[in-house]
Amino acid sequence: MPDAASSREHSGAPLLEARGVSKRFGAVRALDEVSCSIRAGEVLAVVGENGAGKSTLMKILAGVHEPDAGEIRFEGRTVRMRSVRHAQDRGIALVHQELNLAENLDVAANIVLGREPRRLGVLDGRGADRIAAAALEKVGLAIPPRTPVASLGVGARQLVEIAKSLAAEARVLILDEPTASLSKAEADRLIGLVSQLRERGTAVVLISHRLDEVLRMADRIVVLRDGRQRGELDRANATREKIVSLMVGRDVATVERREIETGAVRLAVKGVCSEIHPRHAVDLEVRGGEVVGLAGLVGSGRTELLETIFGVRRARAGIVEIEGVGLPSGDPRTAVARGVALVPEDRGRHGLFLPDPVRLNFAMATLPEHARGGMLSFQAIRRLADRLARDLHLRPPDHGRAAGTLSGGNQQKVVLGRWIALAPKVLLLDEPTRGVDVGARAEIHTIVRDLAAKGCAVLFASSELDEVLSLADRIVCLREGEVTGELAAAEASEEAVMSRLVAERAA
Amino acid sequence: MRKALGMLVLLVLVAALTSLAGEGFLSAYNLENLCRRTALFGILAIGAGLVIMAGGIDLSTGSVVCLSGCLLPWLLVEQGWSETAAVATVLGAGVAIGLFQGGLVAWGRLQPFLVTLCGLLFYRGLARGFTADQTQGFQGGYEGLRTLATGRIPIPGLTDLEAFDGPSAFAIPAPAISLLAIALLAAFLLRFTVWGRWLLATGRNPEAAAYSGVPVAWVTLSAFVAGATISAYGGMLFVLDVGSAQPADFGNFYELYAIAAAVLGGCSLRGGEGGIAGIVVGAALLQVLRNTIVLVEWIPDNLEYAVLGAVILVGVLADELVRRYSRRRGRRLAEDRSARA
Repeated sequence: MPDAASSREHSGAPLLEARGVSKRFGAVRALDEVSCSIRAGEVLAVVGENGAGKSTLMKILAGVHEPDAGEIRFEGRTVRMRSVRHAQDRGIALVHQELNLAENLDVAANIVLGREPRRLGVLDGRGADRIAAAALEKVGLAIPPRTPVASLGVGARQLVEIAKSLAAEARVLILDEPTASLSKAEADRLIGLVSQLRERGTAVVLISHRLDEVLRMADRIVVLRDGRQRGELDRANATREKIVSLMVGRDVATVERREIETGAVRLAVKGVCSEIHPRHAVDLEVRGGEVVGLAGLVGSGRTELLETIFGVRRARAGIVEIEGVGLPSGDPRTAVARGVALVPEDRGRHGLFLPDPVRLNFAMATLPEHARGGMLSFQAIRRLADRLARDLHLRPPDHGRAAGTLSGGNQQKVVLGRWIALAPKVLLLDEPTRGVDVGARAEIHTIVRDLAAKGCAVLFASSELDEVLSLADRIVCLREGEVTGELAAAEASEEAVMSRLVAERAA
Repeated sequence: MRKALGMLVLLVLVAALTSLAGEGFLSAYNLENLCRRTALFGILAIGAGLVIMAGGIDLSTGSVVCLSGCLLPWLLVEQGWSETAAVATVLGAGVAIGLFQGGLVAWGRLQPFLVTLCGLLFYRGLARGFTADQTQGFQGGYEGLRTLATGRIPIPGLTDLEAFDGPSAFAIPAPAISLLAIALLAAFLLRFTVWGRWLLATGRNPEAAAYSGVPVAWVTLSAFVAGATISAYGGMLFVLDVGSAQPADFGNFYELYAIAAAVLGGCSLRGGEGGIAGIVVGAALLQVLRNTIVLVEWIPDNLEYAVLGAVILVGVLADELVRRYSRRRGRRLAEDRSARA
């Protein structure tokens, strides 16, 4: 390696640079003219809410996606990175949030994966061990190279992943939420390693929700919101408050607050632990007519909590009550029979029968009600579909079409329609407007509010703060499986919610 | 339905070519025989098709045919049971097999391929075990029961189309009545009942079905029970037809004929798709092809499996190409529409 540590002091030339980079996915503008640069021996942090565009930016820098507009410069020259391999060949390595180690191989085989040393055409096991041992030493992990990956904990795996990048002579290391699943001690060790790498002249790009870690590690902080760059802070003048206000930024849209006439408690969650956060029990109540928003970042357990209430996941502990009567755990069928409905996050996978006509999708949860003696009444199904297509403003209003041919917003209306047909007592929604355009989003919000006005208890989860603030009457904040606060929406600000979602420290 | 029609056209085409290239295809004897074999295999294919439509697969069909084909004469002749008791026991064994396999799939979360592969070995082994590998036959008796498979309903006035050996008046073989009854019942259940919709929904997207409150496990179980019971009934008809069963090879490979007929008839192995009419046409096509190989002089009989394999492959391939073409066209039409709008 060249004398990087000293060169960084002298040359201010960026090693890797993004200039005016934009990227769209379908109708969604994920990145809009974002520019940032990183020098050798520097740590750059990229922060923002979920969906702000952090991951997209990382993936463009690592060659996973190509930008629609703008350019990437490496060592001062414009480069086109068509694949991860292209980026790796230049020394740019992405350590992904979900680790990408082959569990069936040992540590050495993982470290040399894709660039295995060979002798006379066959694998050189000892050569691999040497490379692996050197890389493991750099990250300070004292394990034999032949250790099976399956026997390692998450923290050690993270270090192996970094060792793998170092063995590939990475000059730019992109770490995506590196401490998300680490213990406090492991996280501290990782933070130590990052400063060592900086000393050696490696450029580190860091994505993290943990602002205290960002403040400890980063030389500069870039804040993204809604795919745009909202600010850049130096280590010297960065504070937690400044970062949060840049992350949230926008004026809170004025929301029409309606008079809520809440009825009796429809849904009571008592000490429920989901599988992924078994240590934290959740208690919450939703009354008839009330819309409660579940705010939380990725990994906060929103989806798992909703799925546990509905019964597609078993609860580790606790009980869910519908109108005061306990619901058996892990039994969605009984939940539906008792009037509980879930609009899932991934509607293609969990919600719809894409090749089947819309009217069948509408009727799927209520088939027995549209049948006599087990025999379907096609007339009744057609009447239901006519009514729902009209009430939901389905476009096109033809319910004989395959559900898969509709736009995202209209597909979501179909899932909602299925539950409206059931007249639910409790409606659970997971990311109700993901992948939905602005117009349909407003329509879906109206549908949800109308259901609440008819006495339904609504609990929805969203990673978009403005959706939580504008749709909910009451907001429950969830952080790593734990309820960290409850706010009345009328009094809540984005800052107040966000500060309850962002972890104080690596716990 | 489109696929069933396509297969019907192919069936007519193959039949026409065979009657031109070979001798005796249109004789009353041959047609009646073809009809009988189509009925017997068609029944098995409906059972296989129901399981496939529910998103599963049943490899045990042939062994269930063997088990019920050996069990029936063994109970009647060796054990001296009454006809009613023996038939009920054989059908009961089918239900039990379906409950066993379906239960392992639905609640044990085992893969249907593995469960029924073990079934394929197990039921044949069982049949060979309790019979000590001895051929089981009716020894000339039980004529009444055997008319279920050997009976013929002559059609007066419809005389031979082509001179050949055997009877010269066309008759409907009794198994065709069984096929018709089972096919009508299955088609009715699939198209017009809640159960049928649940079955197709479970095959199409089991997760979305569970999220809709469909009792996915029970539906899966019911498909396996229907499949195995139909197989057991089919096995009974097979042995009633030929009069005896040799445990080592009775029903060998029948699961593959059944699955192939279902797939030719429009069932997707991904589940959620298919219809009974198509399955019956698929079964007929396979039997006509086997017949073609026998009747057409210049096709060596030994090539039977190779010809069947090739035809099934071409059929599946053609279907996939048509599907891709129509999907592309559908997309283009939608784009045109949105461009104009």
